[in-house]
Amino acid sequence: MLVPGAEVPHFCSQCHDYPCVESCPVEALSVSKETEAVLVDKEKCTACGQCIDACPGRIPHLHPTENYALICDLCAGDPQCVKVCSEGKWNALWIAGKSDSHSYKLYAKRPEEVTRELVIGLYGEKGKEMI
Amino acid sequence: MRGYAGKFLEVDLSRERVKDVKFEEDILRQYIGGRGLATKILWDRLGDHWEKVDPLGPENILLLLTGPLTGFFPGAKLCVSGKSPQSNGIVGSTVAGEFPVELKCAGYDGLIVTGKAPNPVYIFVTDNRAEIRDASHIWGKEAKETLKILTEEGRRELAERNPEYGEWKEPAAVYVGPAGENGTRVSAVTAKWTHGAGYGGYGGVMGSKNLKAVIAKGTGPLPEVEDIERVSTLIDEISRICYGSDDFRRWGTGAAGYDVGARLSSEPVRNWQDEWHDEKSFGVDKFEEKVWIKRYWGDFGCPTTCLKIAMPRAGPFKGAITDNPDYENQAYVGTNLGVFTPEENVYLMALLDDLGLCGIQGGNVLGFAGELYQRGILTKEDLDGIEPKWGDTEAFASLARMVARREGVGDVLAEGTYRAALKIGELKKMDLLPYAVVEKGMAIGAHGIRSEQDYTTEGGLMSYACSVQAGDHTSIAYLPLTHGNSELNIILHDSGVYCWFNIFDDEALALIWDFFEAVTGWRIGPKEWYETTARRILHLQRAALLLGGPDHRWDPKIHDDNPPRFYEPLPSGPYAGKTTDRAKFEKYRSEYYEAVGWDEHGIPKSEELKRLGLEEVSKKLRSTI
Repeated sequence: MLVPGAEVPHFCSQCHDYPCVESCPVEALSVSKETEAVLVDKEKCTACGQCIDACPGRIPHLHPTENYALICDLCAGDPQCVKVCSEGKWNALWIAGKSDSHSYKLYAKRPEEVTRELVIGLYGEKGKEMI
Repeated sequence: MRGYAGKFLEVDLSRERVKDVKFEEDILRQYIGGRGLATKILWDRLGDHWEKVDPLGPENILLLLTGPLTGFFPGAKLCVSGKSPQSNGIVGSTVAGEFPVELKCAGYDGLIVTGKAPNPVYIFVTDNRAEIRDASHIWGKEAKETLKILTEEGRRELAERNPEYGEWKEPAAVYVGPAGENGTRVSAVTAKWTHGAGYGGYGGVMGSKNLKAVIAKGTGPLPEVEDIERVSTLIDEISRICYGSDDFRRWGTGAAGYDVGARLSSEPVRNWQDEWHDEKSFGVDKFEEKVWIKRYWGDFGCPTTCLKIAMPRAGPFKGAITDNPDYENQAYVGTNLGVFTPEENVYLMALLDDLGLCGIQGGNVLGFAGELYQRGILTKEDLDGIEPKWGDTEAFASLARMVARREGVGDVLAEGTYRAALKIGELKKMDLLPYAVVEKGMAIGAHGIRSEQDYTTEGGLMSYACSVQAGDHTSIAYLPLTHGNSELNIILHDSGVYCWFNIFDDEALALIWDFFEAVTGWRIGPKEWYETTARRILHLQRAALLLGGPDHRWDPKIHDDNPPRFYEPLPSGPYAGKTTDRAKFEKYRSEYYEAVGWDEHGIPKSEELKRLGLEEVSKKLRSTI
């Protein structure tokens, strides 16, 4: 909530070319065969933060007390965030099939960028003053 | 202890020191947190000379407290308390948002703020540490600007401290606007532009301490609970019940701006001169169509999302942003000022939010000024050139700015309706209390009692007159004491510190003892609560209210009554001619005194206080009043 009303979760957008996985110097990151989500090997990860810098949306972050990075693993194919959102009938999140014909990287944005777009969409001209 | 972070942060602003404070388990079991614990802390520290403590002086204590259920029970709240500059008693005033959750995740159950900073400051709380920082650059700033600067600063600071961490979710903030900074008695402690803990007037208390804001960011998990599986199931059960409240989810309380007036005849219209209107221009359909730009807006963990964001998209009020407005603000900053369109209502409420004025207390005093102008008691000259005719949005906006800045006549109105009535009455040599619709120094919530159609009369006509939080419509005296609307249940919610709106449903209320047990491990149960724990908190609040001071003290024989206006007949509508039956009211009042253990004059009985281990309170009451 950089701006009230424009609250939005900062989600991994499932890039097709996995810059985070590419960036890992210790091969702690891999791609799940079942879900195509990024998996973090907690044992191998050194919490160097290079995956965060490599991510166009700076979406991964480090665990506050343990020594590894956190990246969405799609809850092994059953994302709990989607579940709770549909139970509550907001339906802001849903599960979509992944297709090779799109670049999901377009959606990998930094929170400031996401907020700017949302705020202008929501508040119009007034929104420009807020960011 | 389960459900608690385990420590509180005490900040002495005078000496610029912070330290951790802990409470024993038996104290927490007796006073829970939030409103209950606030009452205990205030009594222990100020009780022996309560009547001498100036609520706007450095000796007062500002409390920002969570409760054990905060962050677990759906709909997190923060309870703000201290000695109230409105009632001179103790008010537990709650505000929604992420702040209380961040606080618990940072390792603190609350803040105890004492003294007064020599210069404007804000407090920055992070994992197990806190610092007092200079706030001169945000002092004087309105809500939106304040929050923007604090959010930027907070994130920058966190990124500098932990450069590897990645992106930080911003810290949560509570802050005051100019109305709080200037020590008005009608200002709120606010969050997220539009939320406010308004009852009690703690914005003024915060401002009197030179404290502009508190921001918090915790990276820890919420505290451990007794039975995590059970808590998880209960969250799902409460959420399921809330998901079922279709009307409330769709409209929040925003349908009531038309409904309470047109259907129930209990909405303040032109400073309560009427309680009925049939202005279809104020219907919820108009709010939905014309101003709601976000239909569901919720704070952390809320399954109801009763809030909506409102902003006129075109016209003279384009770009004014507030939430809903909710019913109270539709009424007080709408119908009460003769305003009957969503756009004007949103414009005025957005202004009050920006200034840090409480919609209820601010709207009440603006309405009071409007009536004095209508009656020719206050003239254009008295009002510094402003002519607050009913429905004149710009005139009321100008008046609101003067109140927040304490300029001209605003300086008197900033004292709140009751004190302003006495002051202006003295100057004009008139009794102006008949036009002050207040209860023990506090504006009354926008649910009248004359038509006897609203929930504020279902449990008796003493709803406000016998409440320990005076005018607070969310904490009313109600019989039977175990009813969902009764103050004893509200004390539970304000002490566990979660949103009352998510426990309206009886089915949800029935789960609350299980919820407390699953989080804390304590089986409190109705017997312990209604007969012991809640009573102890109620009596302490009552004692503080009766001790009052230093400027006013309430004599229950005189002040445990409705405002004079509530005995005037309703002038129009389906209940025209109806008014409050004094004999019936007095009967309810006696029944209520008897039910809660107060004597025939409304003073907690000695044997009742003794039963609860509050002998010293009994002694203090008998020696002082």
